[in-house]
Amino acid sequence: MAHASLPDPELLASRILRRERAAVASGLNLLDNRLAEARMRAVRLLACLSGERWLNEGHLIGVTGPPGAGKSSLVSAMIREWRASGRTVGVLAVDPSSRPELGGGALLGDRIRIKTPLNDDGLFIRSLANRNQLGGVASEVWPMSWLMLVCFDVVVIETVGVGQTEIDIAEIGDTVCYVAQPASGDTIQYLKSGIIEIPDIFAVNKADLGAPARKTASEIARSARRQDRRDDWDYPVCLVSATMTTGIRSFHDHFDRHRRYLVDSGLLGRLRLRHQSAWVVRLIREEFGTFGLDLAGGRAAVERRLSESRCNQFEEYERMRTHMLSRLLSVNQTTL
Amino acid sequence: MVAASRKRDQPWLIRTYSGHSSARASNELYRSNLAKGQTGLSVAFDLPTQTGYDADSPLARGEVGKVGVPISSIEDMDQLFDQIPLDQMNTSMTINATAAWLLALYIALAQRRGIDPRKLSGTTQNDIIKEYLSRGTYIYPPGPSMRLIADTINYTVRHVPRWNPTNVCSYHLQEAGATPVQELAYALCTAMAVLDRVKASGEIAAEDFPQVVERISFFVNAGIRFVEECCKLRAFGEMWDELTRTRYQVDDAKMRRFRYGVQVNSLGLTEAQPENNVQRIVLEMLSVVLSKRARARAIQLPAWNEAMGLPRPWDQQWALRIQQVMAFETDLLEYGDILDGSPVIAAKVAELIAGARQEIENVDAQGGIIAAIESGYVKRELVASHMNRLRAIESGELKIIGVNCFEETAESPLTAGSDAAIMKPDPEAERRQIERLQAHRRQRNGSDVQAALQALADAAQSGENIMPSSIRCALAGVSTGEWGNALRAVFGEFRPPTGIDIAIDSREVLGQKDRVSDLRDRVASTGNALGRPLKLLVGKPGLDGHSNGAEQVAVKARDVGFEVVYDGIRLTPQQIAQAAEEEGVHVVGLSILSGSHMELVESVLQELRTRDLGDLPVIVGGIVPPEDADRLFALGVRGVYTPKDFDLNAIMGDIVDVVRECNGLERLGALH
Ligand code: B12
Ligand SMILES: Nc1nc2c(ncn2[C@@H]2O[C@H](COP(=O)(O)OP(=O)(O)O)[C@@H](O)[C@H]2O)c(=O)[nH]1
Ligand SMILES: [Mg+2]
Repeated sequence: MAHASLPDPELLASRILRRERAAVASGLNLLDNRLAEARMRAVRLLACLSGERWLNEGHLIGVTGPPGAGKSSLVSAMIREWRASGRTVGVLAVDPSSRPELGGGALLGDRIRIKTPLNDDGLFIRSLANRNQLGGVASEVWPMSWLMLVCFDVVVIETVGVGQTEIDIAEIGDTVCYVAQPASGDTIQYLKSGIIEIPDIFAVNKADLGAPARKTASEIARSARRQDRRDDWDYPVCLVSATMTTGIRSFHDHFDRHRRYLVDSGLLGRLRLRHQSAWVVRLIREEFGTFGLDLAGGRAAVERRLSESRCNQFEEYERMRTHMLSRLLSVNQTTL
Repeated sequence: MVAASRKRDQPWLIRTYSGHSSARASNELYRSNLAKGQTGLSVAFDLPTQTGYDADSPLARGEVGKVGVPISSIEDMDQLFDQIPLDQMNTSMTINATAAWLLALYIALAQRRGIDPRKLSGTTQNDIIKEYLSRGTYIYPPGPSMRLIADTINYTVRHVPRWNPTNVCSYHLQEAGATPVQELAYALCTAMAVLDRVKASGEIAAEDFPQVVERISFFVNAGIRFVEECCKLRAFGEMWDELTRTRYQVDDAKMRRFRYGVQVNSLGLTEAQPENNVQRIVLEMLSVVLSKRARARAIQLPAWNEAMGLPRPWDQQWALRIQQVMAFETDLLEYGDILDGSPVIAAKVAELIAGARQEIENVDAQGGIIAAIESGYVKRELVASHMNRLRAIESGELKIIGVNCFEETAESPLTAGSDAAIMKPDPEAERRQIERLQAHRRQRNGSDVQAALQALADAAQSGENIMPSSIRCALAGVSTGEWGNALRAVFGEFRPPTGIDIAIDSREVLGQKDRVSDLRDRVASTGNALGRPLKLLVGKPGLDGHSNGAEQVAVKARDVGFEVVYDGIRLTPQQIAQAAEEEGVHVVGLSILSGSHMELVESVLQELRTRDLGDLPVIVGGIVPPEDADRLFALGVRGVYTPKDFDLNAIMGDIVDVVRECNGLERLGALH
């Protein structure tokens, strides 16, 4: 039944390259689909879309922070800036799923905050649930963000994070932004944990609340400066208010500045290659466990093979997957 | 008969909430209601008027003259009150975001008729806080909304002293599922926020402040648990007395009285066996008239056919007669307070007060009612309460006669007529209103209009009281949409949190455990078969603010395993189709209670087709008369649900089957 309704990947890819909204939507549906046939087509789709652009074009931005900090509102304020400067924007908004024993459903509530001006063809929002996957970001986000990168100048991934998820998002975004809630326990926890190493830009939202926001900003500034990850990046801390739209301009400029920094220092392509392999490794581990990773020759070997294929990691991934599947099946057959 | 010679108390103001089609048609209705013994007017406005759009705005399409009267300019106001002496009438207007404007039109009309505004009496509902929580006709963000409320209070206290500028509402909270404690707490928090705001405006001298406090009245609900409701009203009275004394230093006890009007509960009125609604209405009314100390000042009752559609004149007359029987035939008004001294009542009142105090503290701890609305806290509490109510109905723990018990019935002669036993607004009303408005625009003085609008924008910007410039706009012939847009340009617009992000209540499944787990299996296995979890878009197209159904469908769908997208009320068909496309949903569910389902569903289907989504299944819920349901099916809609389909689990089972069918899987049939 369902196969008939699955799109032809080559045709779809050409429509996506023409930036047809309907094609983008059905491409995202395909990447979200777990049926074996769909996965095959998804890999073909990604292979058609892949190219140098995936190493040096567009801007992939990860936005994370505790629930209610104002991530969606801030993204919305940023979208106004990007759209005003003529850039198109794709958003992937990830919300938590309920526990599997409680049905595993999800309420996807970010759209309402990321207000879409009527008729704006330059903005595309897809919400998705994390589906209880370890680390908090659904693995579908990864290929979806690459698809979006083909047709939008800026791709934003919003995730709820109070701990683990930042690690995931660090493996997707070129630029990672942490949005802090003034005077919240979450933020204090955050400062204490090692995760503060990850974001490139900090925003303390709700500056309109006054003193508590300023206090949180100075606390973060103190901790952020102590890092030594990249000497030549300054880890700015911005006081902003999404609702009063204050501080948005300079906040926005930091993103451009960070991207320029990545390009100038030659980091962008390397970062993206690394991110792609990290996700492939994760996918392999999710599907086959560490055992599967060993079957493929171990993590280091996998990473090497992936980086050699540069912008065609998807085909490489699919080759490894087929290989492992056949190995696993034969292992099973001999032991049973 | 001795009774005749007894001294009786004055009855409350007797009203019927009405208005439809046009100012002319509504005026006729008002005059005939007054002739039948109604003692005050209660105006229902259509949704474009309530949300500040002109009749010819694309956003008003299908909504003009539907659920109330369209008022586009002072000329409509003039027609609405044709042959009704403004200085002798007590007029209540259910108007909120645009309250300052409708009040300005009323004052301007009085001026034009040579009547001193000081003689005007009546009420503008003007409680914009609860619009964010329940009623849905908000426009501007909370800050400017509070300022508009304060401006009308500051103005009327000085210039229209007999006017009730705001009616703090708990009515709508109960209609959105609030418990009595929540009603008490959130209404009192709102009243405090309003008074604090007026105080902070500094326009009123400290010694005059008690007059402001005295002008604050309330609009309350009364549900079927009438003993508890009786106690709730006494609790309101005691808490208001204390609050006005301690927080606002009002010494005169008379000025501390809790003055309130009532509309009795409509949420509990049923589509099934609708004649039973009459008993419900009578009992609910009893709770607000029984005890003299806490008796309502004004009452309006819904009609027996509330859950079916709008009432016809005869239905409204029946509701009016209920009040008259209570007031004039019973001996109720001959006694002092018959509940004073009852320890049972006193204990219940004390319990409600304690609960309300606790909840007020919760709200205070978050920085007050505005902060608690912006954070979504209050809305979540309401959605959760409503969910509990629906779960109790589903499980049979809460009995609703004719709905989840005693369902068998003989055929009802009441619903046998050819008009489906409801009022149908004039289908030509929208076209006529648009023509009338456009003719009005042509004959007014353009430069007066521009100057008046500029003065309005300046006042909005500078913080000067909005009323004088609004009255000038009214006299110049400015339209409702022009007033609304002028302020939109200064204040911006706002969408409040939807409140559906509540925790899953795992307790709720106990009564129906098998059905919920059965459903979760169905949703999961269908998702597996299709390759990804089932995704549902719940959409509310048009200006309709009835969010209860959409919220509860969304919460239930999430609980049984759907991934649910719900973006709140008041979206255009285009926005909904766009969301369906971007989100890649398996099914779209529309919820429409405003009567505009035909127009709106058609445009959503059209918008979906232009996006190549003609095959995406669409289902519809809300107030849909049976013959319209057939027409919707003919348009391709895959399911239609109305209030009689109270069983959300069964609805979910259907939705899964619709998705399965549209994707070539076999149906699973009714739940076990
Ligand atoms: C509660 C209520 C309100 C509340 C709404 C609170 C809220 N946030 O929702 C308040 C008090 C604010 C209100 C206000 C008004 N109301 Co009102 N209200 C009702 C009432 C009493 C109940 C509706 C309700 O919430 N039921 C409970 C929910 C759970 O049921 P439901 O929505 O019907 O949903 C069920 C099914 O229909 C279906 N369903 C619904 N949606 C969906 C969606 C999907 C996807 C699916 C699968 C199923 C589904 O499943 C649900 C489960 O059973 C009805 C009359 C009645 N008894 O039905 C009038 C009613 C709907 N209101 C009416 C009117 C006119 C108004 C006003 C416009 C009046 C005015 N002129 O100002 C205002 C303005 C509101 C606005 N902004 O649009 C009219 C509409 C008339 C018409 N259609 O012709 C009604 C019918 C009353 C009447 N007879 O006059 N109202
Ligand atoms: N006071 C204030 N509130 C804000 C600001 N930005 C967002 N909010 C509110 O914070 C709440 C959560 O916002 P949202 O963007 O949904 O947060 P997210 O969960 O991090 O995506 C909403 O009620 C917003 O109205 C701000 O700058 N100031
Ligand atoms: Mg968000």
